[in-house]
Amino acid sequence: MSFSSPTASLLEAGAPALIANSDSLREAFGKTLSALGDEFPKLVVLDADIAGGTGVHHFRKSHPDRLIQFGIAEQNMMAAAGGMAAVGLIPVVTTFAVFCLRAIEQARLSLCYARRNAKIVASHPGLDVGPDGGSAQALEDLAAFRAIPGMTVISPADPTEMALATRAMLEYDGPVYMRTGRSPCPRLFGDDYIFEIGKGRIIRDGDDVTIVACGAEVARALVAAEALAAEGVSARVVNMATIKPIDSKLLSRCAIETGAMVTAEDHNIHGGLGGAVAEALAATTPCPIEFVGVQDTFGASGEPEELAHHFGISAPFIADAARRAIQRKRAFGATSAHR
Amino acid sequence: MNHQFRAVSTKSNASPDALAKKLAEAARFIRCHSVASIFHAGSGHPGGALSSADLFACLYGAEMNVWPNAINEPTRDRFVLSKGHAAPALYATGAHYGFCDPKAALTLRKLNSPFQGHPHVLDLPWVETSTGSLGQGMSVAVGMAIGLRLQKIPARVYTMLGDGELQEGEVWEAAMSSAHHKLDNLCAVIDYNKLQSDNCNDAIMRLEPLADKWRAFGWSVAEIDGHNIPEILNHLRLAGATREKPSVLIAHTIKGKGVPYMENIPAWHGSVKLTRAQTEEALTALGADANEIKGFLDVI
Repeated sequence: MSFSSPTASLLEAGAPALIANSDSLREAFGKTLSALGDEFPKLVVLDADIAGGTGVHHFRKSHPDRLIQFGIAEQNMMAAAGGMAAVGLIPVVTTFAVFCLRAIEQARLSLCYARRNAKIVASHPGLDVGPDGGSAQALEDLAAFRAIPGMTVISPADPTEMALATRAMLEYDGPVYMRTGRSPCPRLFGDDYIFEIGKGRIIRDGDDVTIVACGAEVARALVAAEALAAEGVSARVVNMATIKPIDSKLLSRCAIETGAMVTAEDHNIHGGLGGAVAEALAATTPCPIEFVGVQDTFGASGEPEELAHHFGISAPFIADAARRAIQRKRAFGATSAHR
Repeated sequence: MNHQFRAVSTKSNASPDALAKKLAEAARFIRCHSVASIFHAGSGHPGGALSSADLFACLYGAEMNVWPNAINEPTRDRFVLSKGHAAPALYATGAHYGFCDPKAALTLRKLNSPFQGHPHVLDLPWVETSTGSLGQGMSVAVGMAIGLRLQKIPARVYTMLGDGELQEGEVWEAAMSSAHHKLDNLCAVIDYNKLQSDNCNDAIMRLEPLADKWRAFGWSVAEIDGHNIPEILNHLRLAGATREKPSVLIAHTIKGKGVPYMENIPAWHGSVKLTRAQTEEALTALGADANEIKGFLDVI
């Protein structure tokens, strides 16, 4: 079994405490991109006047000639990436997740339909944006980009995985949408962690229920699992960093072995990770699923942790969802072949 | 960009008159083939295909360094049809210059045909990119121009835009970025036939003063007669010699050019179904004889 332990300090803290000096995902992304600049000479980074916000200021410093400025004009930037890929470069479009939505039709036609080797890296996804408020909090991007044929969708959970995913994204030949994150992020994984596009990972084992999470919700899922353990509930946690293509095999196995699922994401409950998991399991191994996410509403101003509590995506909500899923499993079990 | 590269790239060493005659014949073929393919398809946009035929002939027949046997050559010039609905004219051009089979290109818009209603690069690599959503081709061309320059590849990028297309905000984002990045390897050609889907430009959304707008955005601008072949060639060459600025040719054209019953009538912009009689009338007006008409109409 592939199994990477979360760092002990996180579990001891019992809350999503930060490891000292831990990077935000966007900083981890920007630093990695800069470090990989020489190894990938065809890599160019496209910016729409927010290099400081997306983390690519690191790349601008190390490779100033390959940071292409597009000004505050995301539609042109997105389609221009298609042109750069057409002449052999590996363009990485960087902006906030909400502005990726603004240019999604350009991503659809000029990147995916033409099957370009171009990448979109979206910082500031979900409630994690915080005080900028509802207008800036993209809670629809995973659903929207997942619906485009040929698009790979990734949402890494911690700075270690972000670095690995950035490399994997550059090595992969095809369009990718990847979420980073604004807030400082706990380091969950050690240097031995393995990231592979299309593979989920069990990062904590358990028998009673599986919590499938992506991005910032993975740390919260681990906290929830710890709280559940204290009351005798054994929760498995899966880091599903690739939302598309979803790891159906692993999901199916978890459904069979635990019989109850919870999905957790900083995203609308519709169409994102929850939707992908439900689609996969409905086709293979139906079982009760509870969805933790924003309940089909827009966000609001506040600090990220406050917002997570306010909109019901913090650890206690994940734990509650796990209890509900287990209850439903017991009812479901009477009529189901699984467990 | 590299002057020398341009100097050795002329496609024809014919006299200017002989070249103009050759290109006029190419334009005539492009018009005939476009009308025929739209007839066979039972839908398609004839007006803009007819207005842009002379521009296509000049680009593919004389100006651009592109050859059917070298469609993957990194140093080739790139053409992006930003007004993707003029696909029949692009396919007809490809058919005339050997990029695709003329008969095959009459399968326009049919299931399993690579000649989709709008160009798709995975079906036809020589169309360079997929277009059909107005404004995007222009941005793709900008990305190509930046990418080629970054890699020190001395190739030029051409893109053809419709006039109605200029109402898309993305076009002006792309225009601003082209001038900012001093893309003198980029040339935009506007098929300015004054009509769009539902009515004339002026009634839908005024474009004028159009040349002033491009100048204000930092472009080198020329207004030309888009049916005058020597004038088109001359200005394409001048654009190639322009430094530090992208160039735009605002080509005044007649929508439906060459087919009297279509000329300047907006109804022939949109996707239309041509009857056999209408098609024969159009081909006759374009100078096709009975034999040629039969060749276009009875192939499938």
